[in-house]
Amino acid sequence: MTLELSHLNRRFAEYQALDDVSLEIAPGEFLALLGPSGSGKTTLLRILAGLDYPDTGSVLKDGKDFLATTARERNIGMVFQHYALFRHLTVLENIAFGLRVRPWRKRPSRAVIRERVERLLKRVQLDGLGRRYPSQLSGGQRQRVALARALAVEPDILLLDEPFGALDAQVRVALRRWLRELHEELQLTTVFVTHDQEEALELADRVAVMNNGRVEQVGSPEMIYQQPATPFVCEFIGKVNRFTVRRNGAGLAAGGWKPEDDPWQGRHTEAVAYVRPEQLRLAVPASQPAWEARLRHIYLAGSVAHLELQVESLEQPLEADIASEDLSRLGLQAGMELRVAPRGAVLFPRDGQGATINHERWIWHARSPVPA
Amino acid sequence: MSRHPRSRSMGWPRRIAHVALILLALVFLVAFLLLPLATVFVEAFRQGVAPYLQAIWQPEARSAIRLTLLVAAIAVPLNVVFGVAAAWAMTRFEFRGKTLLGAFIDLPFSVSPVISGLVYVLLFGAQGWFGPWMEGHGLKVIYAVPGLVLVTVFITLPFVARELIPLMQSQGSEEEEAARVLGASGWQLFFRVTMPNIRWALLYGVLLCNARAMGEFGAVSVVSGHIRGLTTTMPLEVEMRYNEYDYVGAFAVASLLALLALLTLAVKTLLEWRYGDEIAAHAPGGH
Repeated sequence: MTLELSHLNRRFAEYQALDDVSLEIAPGEFLALLGPSGSGKTTLLRILAGLDYPDTGSVLKDGKDFLATTARERNIGMVFQHYALFRHLTVLENIAFGLRVRPWRKRPSRAVIRERVERLLKRVQLDGLGRRYPSQLSGGQRQRVALARALAVEPDILLLDEPFGALDAQVRVALRRWLRELHEELQLTTVFVTHDQEEALELADRVAVMNNGRVEQVGSPEMIYQQPATPFVCEFIGKVNRFTVRRNGAGLAAGGWKPEDDPWQGRHTEAVAYVRPEQLRLAVPASQPAWEARLRHIYLAGSVAHLELQVESLEQPLEADIASEDLSRLGLQAGMELRVAPRGAVLFPRDGQGATINHERWIWHARSPVPA
Repeated sequence: MSRHPRSRSMGWPRRIAHVALILLALVFLVAFLLLPLATVFVEAFRQGVAPYLQAIWQPEARSAIRLTLLVAAIAVPLNVVFGVAAAWAMTRFEFRGKTLLGAFIDLPFSVSPVISGLVYVLLFGAQGWFGPWMEGHGLKVIYAVPGLVLVTVFITLPFVARELIPLMQSQGSEEEEAARVLGASGWQLFFRVTMPNIRWALLYGVLLCNARAMGEFGAVSVVSGHIRGLTTTMPLEVEMRYNEYDYVGAFAVASLLALLALLTLAVKTLLEWRYGDEIAAHAPGGH
């Protein structure tokens, strides 16, 4: 079952929720729609569910027009952000709802329904709570009831709208792992919406990063993280240091550091560079170009230490992340002077107006990576 | 939910203010509510039980009761249908003129009932816009039962809708959307999801609507024509008897209306007591 979304546009009174969105969803894949609020990801999900319709564009399911079918006919399981459990029905009745509203010819017998509901209840680890009402459950339990209710109709596609948004951090991580295992077991095509990049990178097979109604990049989590296609993706995914690289007489440079190469062959005079905190080397030998930096603060956050570095030649601070155990190995202390240089960077040239030229992206790697 | 912490040590100036406020509320309640209510019953039974029973068993009284019940029996269901439809439209759809519809729903509250009655006379009376045409087709609206029903529907229009709109607004449409995705048809969605969620508010609306439908005086008075035994509802019967110096008769019928009010209150209280938890669960924010 392949879903093919092409050139979807959806405009609400004030803003363009979807702007020429095209996307393909493969059978059995786990796709994350990742973006800040207002980026159009929920609108896209609602269009798939049949709760909203695009102004233009098409959605094909195995080559057939999917938009011509109503929400009722699409055979979709959806988990809403606030679960939307039926508050006047018990857990059992909630899960059975999708089966009970079927026309009698397609409706399973009472015994089959009961058996299936019990099985699902066990699957979501809520056996024994079937007679409770949603108001008597915790957030994580409600979430699993919502999931069981969506799975009860044996859907072709599972849609999840911010599935972990309303849960506290510990429950969230546990449920995330559990959902991933469930997906591996069922192999059900799943699309989920999130604004949490960690969630998207950890769970999904593929991630579609959305911004202002457009898809900025689609790819595997590794690709999204290591080869971001646009400045937005760089800044939205993970933490990142940003600085400007300018052309002087000798070539491209930013402060004391230079990439010593130029794929643009002199065409661009300025570029914006992104370096992730874990891509910074802290003890670069004097023979290689680097920034003179002062270590201002060390923030120890469990297994990782965040270092705040002041770089005079860049006139801005940089952040570096290293493993906590490396702190003492490198003998790092606040106030130290360090020679700092990136191991890798992503650069986008700027045109005369200062806009980035995204298709001329350059992924730069240090020539002789020295472990630091 | 946690109980409010009790202020254990209260200074005596605050305590005096406390007691004074409660007393003030109590005095007000007694003077303006309980005393008049008691008067109704005292006056009705002034000459004993037999004259009371006789007064409400007269044919005019019986026909007034019948007519009042008939008018309410038509007006209330009509307003339930209208109220649910209007509340649904107001809370589930975006459309032009939504604010205007909201204002129109409130119109009967802001217009004097006498004016409402007069409007119907202007429309359907002998000299009105549609009156002569309808008369020609053998339809009599003003000074007849249809007129009474029309003005009562108009007067009680806001009750159900106003009760439902805030509730449906706060509940949102997520549950209905969930039902749709799960394959429910429009009717299944309405009867299995929407209805159970609004039933208590709907019941309140019906109770209030019914009380007003039976008790309405002003608008009904204008279109009734006061034909004894034919177009006099209970409130009109009370006025007519009172004007004829038949005090026991007037208060006897009035006591029936007062009983209706008390009954409404009792049902409401009983429901709140019996289904308190469930009602709270359906209230805005109560999950």
